[in-house]
Amino acid sequence: MRDAKDKTDVQQGTLALMVLKTLDVLGPLHGYGIARRIEQISGGLLAVNQGTLYPVLLKLEQEGAIASEWGASENNRRARFYKLTRTGRKMLQAETQGWEQTAAIIARFMGAKAEDLT
Amino acid sequence: MRSARRFFARLINFVTRRRDDERLREEIEEHIALQTEESIRAGISPSEARRKAVLKFGGVEGVKEEYREQRGLVFLETWLRDLSYAARMLRKSPSFTAVAILTLAVAIGANAVVFSIMNALILNPLHVPNAKTLYAIQRGDEASLSQSYPDYVDLRDRNRSLEGLAAANGAMAGLDAGGNPARVWLYEVSGNYFDVLGIQPYLGRLIHESDERGPNSAPYIVLSYAYWHNHFGDDRGVVGRVVQLNKHAFTIVGVAPPDFHGTLAFFNPDLYLPIVNVEQVEAQNQLNDRGSRWVFMTLGHLKPGVTFPQAVEDLNSIGSYLEKTYPNEDGKRTFTLARPSLYGDYLGKPMRAFMTALMLLAGLILLAACANLGTLFAARAADRSREVALRLALGASRTRILRQLFTEALLLSALGGVVGIWASAWVLRGLSAWQPFARYPIRLEVTPDANVYGVAVLLTLASGFLFGAVPVRQVLHTDPYEIVKSGSPGKVGRWMSLRDAVLVFEIAICAVLVTSSFVAVRGLARSLHSNFGFDPQNVILADTDLSMAGYTAQSAPIMQRRMIDALESVPGLQSVGLIDAAPLAAGGFNGALAFTDQTSDLRASNAAAHAYMFSISPGYFDAAGTALLSGRTFTWHDDKNAPPVAVINQEFARRVFGSVQNGVGRYFKKRDGTRVQVVGIVGDGKYTSVTEDAEPAMFVPVMQSPLTQTYLVVRSNRDAGQVVTAVRNAVHGLDSGLPLYIEPWSRAMDAPLFGPRMATLSLGVLGGMGALLSTTGIFGLAAYLVSKRKRELGIRMALGAERKEVLQAALGRAFKLLLFGSAAGLLLGILASRVLAFIVYQATPRDPVVLAGAVLAMSFVGLLATWIPAQRALSVDPLILMREE
Repeated sequence: MRDAKDKTDVQQGTLALMVLKTLDVLGPLHGYGIARRIEQISGGLLAVNQGTLYPVLLKLEQEGAIASEWGASENNRRARFYKLTRTGRKMLQAETQGWEQTAAIIARFMGAKAEDLT
Repeated sequence: MRSARRFFARLINFVTRRRDDERLREEIEEHIALQTEESIRAGISPSEARRKAVLKFGGVEGVKEEYREQRGLVFLETWLRDLSYAARMLRKSPSFTAVAILTLAVAIGANAVVFSIMNALILNPLHVPNAKTLYAIQRGDEASLSQSYPDYVDLRDRNRSLEGLAAANGAMAGLDAGGNPARVWLYEVSGNYFDVLGIQPYLGRLIHESDERGPNSAPYIVLSYAYWHNHFGDDRGVVGRVVQLNKHAFTIVGVAPPDFHGTLAFFNPDLYLPIVNVEQVEAQNQLNDRGSRWVFMTLGHLKPGVTFPQAVEDLNSIGSYLEKTYPNEDGKRTFTLARPSLYGDYLGKPMRAFMTALMLLAGLILLAACANLGTLFAARAADRSREVALRLALGASRTRILRQLFTEALLLSALGGVVGIWASAWVLRGLSAWQPFARYPIRLEVTPDANVYGVAVLLTLASGFLFGAVPVRQVLHTDPYEIVKSGSPGKVGRWMSLRDAVLVFEIAICAVLVTSSFVAVRGLARSLHSNFGFDPQNVILADTDLSMAGYTAQSAPIMQRRMIDALESVPGLQSVGLIDAAPLAAGGFNGALAFTDQTSDLRASNAAAHAYMFSISPGYFDAAGTALLSGRTFTWHDDKNAPPVAVINQEFARRVFGSVQNGVGRYFKKRDGTRVQVVGIVGDGKYTSVTEDAEPAMFVPVMQSPLTQTYLVVRSNRDAGQVVTAVRNAVHGLDSGLPLYIEPWSRAMDAPLFGPRMATLSLGVLGGMGALLSTTGIFGLAAYLVSKRKRELGIRMALGAERKEVLQAALGRAFKLLLFGSAAGLLLGILASRVLAFIVYQATPRDPVVLAGAVLAMSFVGLLATWIPAQRALSVDPLILMREE
């Protein structure tokens, strides 16, 4: 029970970052559009359970990182469009930096050989 | 920051929840539609495309749940759901709810009232700034705050630990503000009194140190707000007005603030005037008499940084200086500090003890109420075990179910608390407005403040958790499989054990309360029928102070003689006497030191007795109904020209002469060296309070020790109303300007009996509550047992069981518990009564009447509580029951 929850937390974190990045690069998008891009780029992260995206979107919106409004989709139907806010952009920058640092450290660690550690 | 923002967003969502659900639904639909369209474009059939899209989206319900959790305040939502469920459950059993709320309301209300009184009398009594550092100087060897005036001045000027020392003395006077002279209660205060206390005037100015310029130099009056409001109709023009006080001109200089009532917790004076003018009020000047301790209290604030022991040490060094310098005027002078509000330890000690005991008993009431509700709650939980089992089987966590139970308990306790607090506020308002004596300005301001409400709310919550916790174990041990399988909550006997213990505990508490109330009532009854040393029946007291009409101690005896002569000529009056302060009726008494005839060094520590001293007329013993044991009473010839004589009581004879026999004819010495011959001996009596031990007393002829304070004692079999009129006419025929207060002696005794009566009343009320609680407790259990075992009883009856056997089967358990509980409670009550004996006069638990009364009361409680369930058990019709199942 506990493990499963931890996993979703991690996934939610990465998912949130991906959402921010997607919106940063592509501009305002609706939920399906975001899911689609993440699926394409991440290579299958949202291939199933696309619905999990929506609680993440809500959380980001509550935190003020993104804003949403109703608009018309490609086939002229009512759809909710999400766009990055200034707070969201700052958050993205900070988190990207954090991620890069972490990734670099982990990479160095993983690449370490026995002689480097003596 | 981020989480705070999220919280507010959620709070808003919580309020506007419906629109959000709609939005999610729409988004999901749109998502699936877009996915489907894309798949169709890729060449998949529409129905297959939609199926795939739905699969890819994942569990819609899960997303909705997660979304909802993300969106709103889950705990608040569940809590509200629990609350509405609890409300529904309570509405479903209105009689249980009503009994529970009433029980709690009574218990919480009782606690709020008791705590409120404790708050007003002990915790937070005086409305003066920095009351925490305010102390009065108390004698080290007795619970008295009074000092002589010269000692006060020395203490004021020599101490280094108090920020100013103020003095106050209570007195009565006749105030003539144009119209009839009315009696008023006043404080004679030192010039620095208001400044030491930090009191600001409401109107005009107060009295200051600069007003004191020698005896009778400051004829100024400060009115209390209440007196100004009631007698001067809020007239702001009173400042500067000249009024007559005891026939002396005084100028009203100001009005004290509304919440200032002097420095005693319950005695509210009408006005304040400078203590240097005492002679004009009391017709005698004792400002230079170091031997007379007439200043009622001296008080001041501790200097910052000075500790309590340091201050006491400082005062005692002054005490030993006074002892050395003035050895003849007074005895030992050791000092300590005490709170002024209840006159130091004099009232403070017994009041603190009594209030603590009362608070404890009230706490027991609440505990008993909780035990009561706990057992009822456990029974309800047992009845709902199927429901609980079902919910457990469906995956509810046990914490979730317990939370539901606690919500129900807390809802109940909150309702009970609200009703209880409302009722207590009502009672307290009545108490605050109540003036128990028409004569004395005694009032108890017990308006509840934030402290009281805080404590009441705390008690409410605590009791909710307490009785809610009783069924916890039961729920934790519920085995859903067993119950769902068998369809009944299994064995009845097992879960009962905890309930039994709780109920026995509750009955024991109630028996303690019942026993202690019996002890108190018996004590009061005894003290009411004890020997007062006089017979108050058919006696009218008319009291006045001749100084109010301008008489002095020298001119008073002539007037007193004339009054008695005038009354003796009224037909229908059996006997007429006079005393300066009637026992058990007057507010204060004179005392005198008595030495044996052989003593030559007349210092206070050598005295054989410190005795009450009464100045009486020859007819007093006759009128009061005091029996003369030997010797003679006085005649009008025992005057200034005759040798000094006295009549003493038995205790005086024992203390001074060693025995009661042969006292008549012997001599004792007074402080000033006068040899007084004993001419008669009377029986012991009660003088200040009905609870006092035998005290020495001497009676002296009023012509030899003249005083202006006068109680006329008139015995007559005639109707009291007629006697009152006759006495008033006779006295006013001599001097129409003399304020008189006339009432039967038995009614005047209300004041000294007030304490014991209130103590008995409060203990009686608590005992009644205890009895009520144990009745409902046993009733609850018995009714529950009968309803549970109806079928079994029906079968027994069908098989031919006798009524007696049915009753035993149905109620045996309840009776056994009652027996255990009562026995334990009675035992505890007897032990507790030892404690009560300190408070309630003549309270002894080893009194057969008390024991029998308590046993009888508890049996009555048992009978009352099981009557209805027993009837129900006997009226079980086996045929109907058999058909039902």
